[in-house]
This record gives sequence, structure tokens and C-alpha cells, in this order.
Amino acid sequence: MTEELFGKTAHELSSLLKKREISSVEIVESVYSRIGAVEDKIKAFVSISREQALEAARKADAKLKSGENTDPLCGIPVAIKDNMCTKGVTTTCSSKILANYLPPYDATVVAKLKELGAPSTGKTNLDEFAMGSSTENSGFHTTRNPWNIETVPGGSSGGSAAAVASGESIAALGSDTGGSIRQPASFCGVVGLKPTYGRVSRYGLVAFASSLDQIGPITKDVTDAALLMNAIAGYDAKDSTSVNAPVPDYRNVLVGNAKRFRIGIISDLMGKGIDEEVKIAVRDAAKQLEKLGAIVEEVSLPTLEYAVPAYYIIAPAEASSNLARYDGVKFGRRSKDAPDLITMYYNTRREGFGSEVKRRIMIGTYALSAGYYDAYYLKALKVRTLIKQDFEKAFTRFDVLISPTAPSPAFRIGEKVSDPIAMYLSDIATIPVNLAGLPAISLPCGFSHGLPIGLQMIGEAFSEEKLLQLAYTYEQNTDWHKRKPELKGG
Amino acid sequence: MHSKYETVIGLETHAQLLTESKMFCSCSTKFGSKPNTNICPVCTGQPGVLPVINKKAIELAIKTAIALNCRIEKMSVFARKHYFYPDLPKDFQVSQYELPLATGGFVEIEVEGKKQKIGITRIHLEEDAGKLVHKGAARIMGAGESLVDYNRTGVPLMEIVTEPDIRSPLEAKVFMETLQHLLQFIGVCDAKMEEGSLRCDANLSLRPAGETKLGTKTEVKNMNSFRAVLKALEAEEKRHAEVLNEGGKILQETRFFDDINETTIGMRSKEFAHDYRYFPEPDLVPVEPDHQWIETIKNTLGELPEAKSERFFNEYSLAAGINKILISDKLKADFFERTVKHFNKPEMIANWIIGDIAAYLNENKKSINEISLTPEKLSEILKLIDNGTITGKIAKNILLEVLGTGKTVQDIIKEQGLTQISDEGELVKIVGDVIKNNPKQVDEFKSGKDTVIMFLVGQVMKASKGRAKPDKAQELLRKALG
Repeated sequence: MTEELFGKTAHELSSLLKKREISSVEIVESVYSRIGAVEDKIKAFVSISREQALEAARKADAKLKSGENTDPLCGIPVAIKDNMCTKGVTTTCSSKILANYLPPYDATVVAKLKELGAPSTGKTNLDEFAMGSSTENSGFHTTRNPWNIETVPGGSSGGSAAAVASGESIAALGSDTGGSIRQPASFCGVVGLKPTYGRVSRYGLVAFASSLDQIGPITKDVTDAALLMNAIAGYDAKDSTSVNAPVPDYRNVLVGNAKRFRIGIISDLMGKGIDEEVKIAVRDAAKQLEKLGAIVEEVSLPTLEYAVPAYYIIAPAEASSNLARYDGVKFGRRSKDAPDLITMYYNTRREGFGSEVKRRIMIGTYALSAGYYDAYYLKALKVRTLIKQDFEKAFTRFDVLISPTAPSPAFRIGEKVSDPIAMYLSDIATIPVNLAGLPAISLPCGFSHGLPIGLQMIGEAFSEEKLLQLAYTYEQNTDWHKRKPELKGG
Repeated sequence: MHSKYETVIGLETHAQLLTESKMFCSCSTKFGSKPNTNICPVCTGQPGVLPVINKKAIELAIKTAIALNCRIEKMSVFARKHYFYPDLPKDFQVSQYELPLATGGFVEIEVEGKKQKIGITRIHLEEDAGKLVHKGAARIMGAGESLVDYNRTGVPLMEIVTEPDIRSPLEAKVFMETLQHLLQFIGVCDAKMEEGSLRCDANLSLRPAGETKLGTKTEVKNMNSFRAVLKALEAEEKRHAEVLNEGGKILQETRFFDDINETTIGMRSKEFAHDYRYFPEPDLVPVEPDHQWIETIKNTLGELPEAKSERFFNEYSLAAGINKILISDKLKADFFERTVKHFNKPEMIANWIIGDIAAYLNENKKSINEISLTPEKLSEILKLIDNGTITGKIAKNILLEVLGTGKTVQDIIKEQGLTQISDEGELVKIVGDVIKNNPKQVDEFKSGKDTVIMFLVGQVMKASKGRAKPDKAQELLRKALG
């Protein structure tokens, strides 16, 4: 039995744990045996912390045994994207500049998972500093898509998504700045939820673009996403942008009812540049939702067209500022033998950062420069406001908006590395959501040539309950989430 | 100075706020701790950390804004100011830029008897940087090794910027003194220029008298005392005049004051040609102080020095000189008023406070609320002088004893038998001894030099250990010598 535990969902394992049919140690062992078997192919992880995970599992077992009231995630191993600080465990952001960085503290989400007894199995790969859509920008290695290891897993949380899809992890945390949870979830055929900006504390998430970053779950199904949201959501005094609003029990909304849901299909994300098979899958999903009682109509958000350009001003601008601190002075890599301070700065950053990170630092620095600030940064902020207003208008008519999560299924490794614009456009459907600070979920809605297709559902700020309810209803009436990759190819 | 030109000066001052913790984290702001002991992930800019605004710092800045007659903005925003330097862990400083906390106030100064208002452009908050120590060179360039102490990193700083309303180096100095007094008085900053808790940079330019357009300015840095402000600006004013007189042009640049040679030295302007790439700090939300809070702060502010001075003059008829010294320390002024309630001799009380008590405080580096003397005890001592029970000299001894031991006045008097000699017989005996021991002065007195009597009274006081009543002693001396 142990052999198959890695294939189960968190909620399935949780009920087995509660019934004392299995132990947390057995789950963790099962996950590591899976990692042992497939990690060479998938390369989902940057680091593995087997001993700490087993220790945490033993503690969780003791807690479960004591009969005290435990969280459903107690004893459930979770993988953490390697841009969330873990005290005493390297946190690299998949960057050479932080290759040996040991944080002196735990991110709030990491502390919360520890507190309720979920062992952390390892740190997952990402595009360097979460900048990318394929993990090809990782300073260490590229993660492979478990559905076809010649294709990318998406990014930047590609390691987390691939780990969950391949059974190397029961669930995982990702972070999403322009689609970095949802797009890899879509490519890997799993569920990814980007919460409302301010719903989950960012304290300890190594910042890429502070006004856009948000941590969220990547899971095998919607129920697990709800469990993880229960664990990580909430106000944190250490994050001034986290919102002090009560956190509902997200499990309560998993009721399988789509009646009276007003759903808008975003027509602007169903046209040019979107794969035919993706469109078909999304339309089929819409029909399915209609059958389940929802009312579906088309809606246009004309400003979405400007989302990608606005994003590629705002996010790099913030990144250029956030990444200034990697200067070789206090932590992380320092270039050796520089004759003076300025050369040390230059060499450290030249050697430490990869080319995409450098590109964005340069774009951002330029956009914030005297004389260009108004033309670029301020203009982009205005576009951001217009996009927000477009969404607000749409939400006067609809409860939830739907679209493809990504324009295509997973692309081939290397296919877009030399064309950054093509790479950026793979986030065309996800980026507007970050600019507007809204919650959105991606879940499997079909396949194209053996590769998963993701359906995106977008809600109003703090409407995660609606999203989870609708996503759960759809999932309960489809089988897409039950398919498992056979780890073919390569 | 040179009547040909008018000098125009504006000041940018930085005051360290008296908060327990730093601007954006809970680390202590304590001065003088071992290097890198008051630090945490936040103030050392570790990856992933976020700032949280110290509400107390906002409160103190609002307090200052009220005292400086500023308008408190409904919304102010923190921004990031970027530059690379090892004392700045994030390589940006969080400061307020486009939208400061308060704007448009003034400070009244008095120079050579003339009162004038100096406009305050803005007050804003920011975080301080760390401290670098270089080995082998004065600056980081050329140093063999540089060490950084992040204890000061993130300490709240309040920047107060004046309008270019200052017309002479002396006015600039007086402005700084007035500001120091005000900040100390309202308790927001200990404002010691020598320790760096109050700093200032100056922008100075000259223009032909009568001209309204401003001349080219230079920025003068590194003025670490009031005297340095005066000397630096005098030197810079002179330099400008010389350049202009020779038909030259002033280069807009930053200049450092050389305290030893009393000159200013230009820095290579490139070194300061920064583009700080300001943009709103996305990790913080705007500061929007509500009306109620501002009112509460206003109520805690109490009376400001100007108003207090006027009231003290009217209520207690204190001479201007005494008044000024007394209210230069809010705690002393409060102590004074509380003592007056027990014993209505304002001038006598004021003189004791700014005299012997102030001397003791200076010597022991204490403030008046940290000592064992209370208004009650002081009034008790002074009443005893007033009704003739003890002499002023004994009162001083008692005062020192109270300050040193904390004993009650009555206990000290009892223990040491310090009341004035009321037994005339005892005093007559002392007078006799003094006459016998000072034959020379006695002769002088007898030959008509009347002032010598005061010397003899002094001898009686000395012999009686101050317990004699001076006028009684004189009376008895004259009687004995008569």
C-alpha cells in the first residue's frame, strides 16, 4: 500500500491518517520513494530535506496519535517553492547569487505549515527569482513536464506543479506574480489558486514584484486547494499589505452547486493567439457549467490588450528595486578579488544573475529613470487602473469570469527561449488578474496531444469561496483531474 | 557682510526621533550598543522581509508638524530612494518623496532683537542608514577593509526642510538653535548636533542686492555643531562673493565643510550625480492619520516655548534672562510651576532651579525628574530660608544632602543641627572669638574702614558653619566693636 500513497490527494491521506490506517512517516517515505524513482527525469526540486521531513512526520504522527484536534494537513507533506524563506534551509530562488543563502527566519506561510504539522519535503525549482514561464530561466536546471518530459512544466512555479503532477509531492506552495501558479498548474494538469492580493502574507516570500506577488496552493484537486488555503490565508501584522478580513473555512463551500452562477467568458481571451483546441476545451467547459445550472455569456474587457505591456513595465520596475540588495555585501554570492567596491558590485551581479533577470533589471531601471518615469511607469499604473475598472464593471454582471489559463498547452523545451516576447505572451490570460489584484484558479479542462489544458476562473477580490465552489462543482462532474501522467518521452 | 549681495540660505535638517524601536521593525534604537546587535532580518534587508511602519514615529512627526505650524497631509506616501552603498542594506532608502507627512509651516526666530518667520517647506519621515568604518583610508575608496554596523540602520529620521528664507549664516545658526530647543521641548528628539541626533545640510546662494531671482546654489554638508553651521556658511558665503566679484560663475555642487581649516571643499560633482529612481514603496500602504488621532496628539503637545515664555513673564514677572533659561528645559519649567504652587516666591524658586540645582544636574548628567528632589522638598527648604530658620548657605547644604541621599529635609536638619543659632549667648561667644582672631581687620574697621565689617560677618558665618543669621552677626559685631 505504501507504494501508492504518493498518488493520493491530501484529503484522502488525511482521512486515512485520522483513521490511523497509515502514518505520516509512511506518506513521507512514499513521497521520497517516488522522488527517488522519477526525480532524475523531472528535476522538480532544488533541494530535498529528507531528515527534517521525517522528523516533522514523526512529530505529526505523535500529535495524531495523542488524539488532539489536528488540522487536516497535519502529517501531509508539502513541497515549497524555493523563493519562500525556510529557516536554516537554503532558499535560492534558483539563482546562483543565492545558491548558498540560509535564511535566518521562516516565511509566514512556512511557519504556518510547520505549526499545523505539515512536513516540508523540499524546495522546488523555479525560473530565477520567479521571472519566467517555463523554469528554463532557473540558474540550476530546467524542470520537465511529467506529461511529456520534452516539454516545459510552465513557470515560474514549474517545480511545484511538476512535483504535484508526478506524485513527487502531495501538494505544494507556489507564488504568482503574472501567472506563475496558474500557468504551470495548467501545463501540468493540476489545480493552482492565486489568492486575492493581501489574502496570504507575503512575509518571507522573496520579492519579485511586490505589488503583484501572491502565494497560493498547487494541488491535485480543488478540495486540497481549499485545505491549503485554510492553512495559509489570513492577516499578518508583518505584511502591511495583507488584509485584515476574516478567513472563511474554505471547505464549507465545496458543495457541488453551480446554480444561479453568472459566468462571463472573456471574449478578448478567446480569439487570436489562442490555440484552437484550447478554445474548444474552454467552450466545452462553459457548456458543462451551463448544464450544471450556471448562466454563461460572453463579455469583453477591451483593456486586457494592454495588460502584458503594462505588466512588463510595473513588474520589472519593482524587480529592479527589490533585487538591488543582492550586491555581495551582506549575504549571498560575492565576487572574489575585485579591486574596489564598484567592481565588486558589477562582478557580483554579472556573475550571479542570469540573462532574463538582468534583462528585467535593465528594463525596470530604465522605466524608473528620471525623464522616463512618467512616460513608462506612471502610464503603466494608469493602464493598471483601467484594467481594474474593466474587471469591476464585468463583476457587476457576473460572479465569475472564465478564460483559458494559457494560450496553449505546454510548449517544447527551448521553443521560446530566444523569443522573450513569445514567452511573455504565454501569460496573456493570467497577467491581467495580478494587475487587478484578483483571485483566480486554474483547473484541468481537457487535453491536446496528451498535454493538459487549463481553465481559468477569475473572481472579485476576496471571492475565493465562489471560485472554489464553482471549480469544485466542475471538477466533480468531470474526470480530467483523475488522469495521471505516465512519465513518457525523453 | 558684502552689501553688494544678498545671501539666501535654505536648510535641510535631519532629526533622529526618540522612539524605542526602529522605523520599520522592532529592533531597539539604543545608541552605543555593540556593533550589529540591534539588528534583525528586516533592517538588514534579508530576502523576503517586509517593512511595518512604527506608529510612534508618525506620532512624533505629527507632533513636530503641529509645533512647526505645518499642515498635516491627509495622505502621505513612502517611496524608495535608490543608490548602492554598503551602509544601505536594501540598496534603497525608504523615505517620503512626492507626498510628505506635513507641509507649509514656519518657525519664529529672533536675531539681534529682531523677530522673523522662517518658512518650513515640508516635514517627512525616513530611515537612517548604517555606519561604516574604514581601515587604511578615510573613505571606502582606497580602504583596505571596511566594516559596517547596521545598528543605526532603520532608525527613524525626520527631515525638516526650510524655505530659502534665511539671509545670513547667523540666522541659520539661530534657526538651528531654535529648532533644537523646540524639538527637545516637545520631546521628539534629543537634538544633539555633536552626537548626530540633529544634523543639517545647507543650500546657499548669493544674488545682487535687490535681485529677486536666485543665484546658483551650492550644498554644504558636514556641519556637526552650531558653530560649524556658522563657520561653514560664513566661509561659503565669502567664497561665493569672491568668485562673483572676480566675474566667475558658481558651480552647482555639494561641498564638505572642513572643520579644522574652516573652509568648504568641493566634491567631484559626479559622485553625487544620482538618479535615485524614486517610486512609491509597494510594501507599505499610505499614511492617513485620522482627525481624531491628530487632535489627541495636539492635546498631548501642551504649551509651546513661545507661549510659555509669555505666560511666565505675565504670571510670575520673571526677568527675561531667567525666563529664557528656565523654559529652555520643559521639565525644569514644569518643576518650577509645581514648586510655585507650594510656595509663592517665583523669582527665588527660579534662581535656585537655574542655579544650584541646574549645576548639580549638569554635573551628574541628569534631568530634573530623575533626582530625589521634589517640588515639595524644594519649597520646604526655601520656606525655611524665608522665615529665617536657616541661612541660604545651610539651605544649599541641605539641598545637596537631599539630592545625594534622598532624605527628608526635616531629618537632615535634625541630624545635623542645622537650624540657625537662636541662642544669643552662643553667637556672642563666636563673635568674641572672631574679633580676637582677626586683629588686623578689627583695627582697620576701627580706623573707619566700614566695609571690613562684611569680612568679619563672613568669619562669623564660617565659624558657625553657616548657622548664624548674617544680620544678627553684624549687629553683635558692631556692638562689640562699638
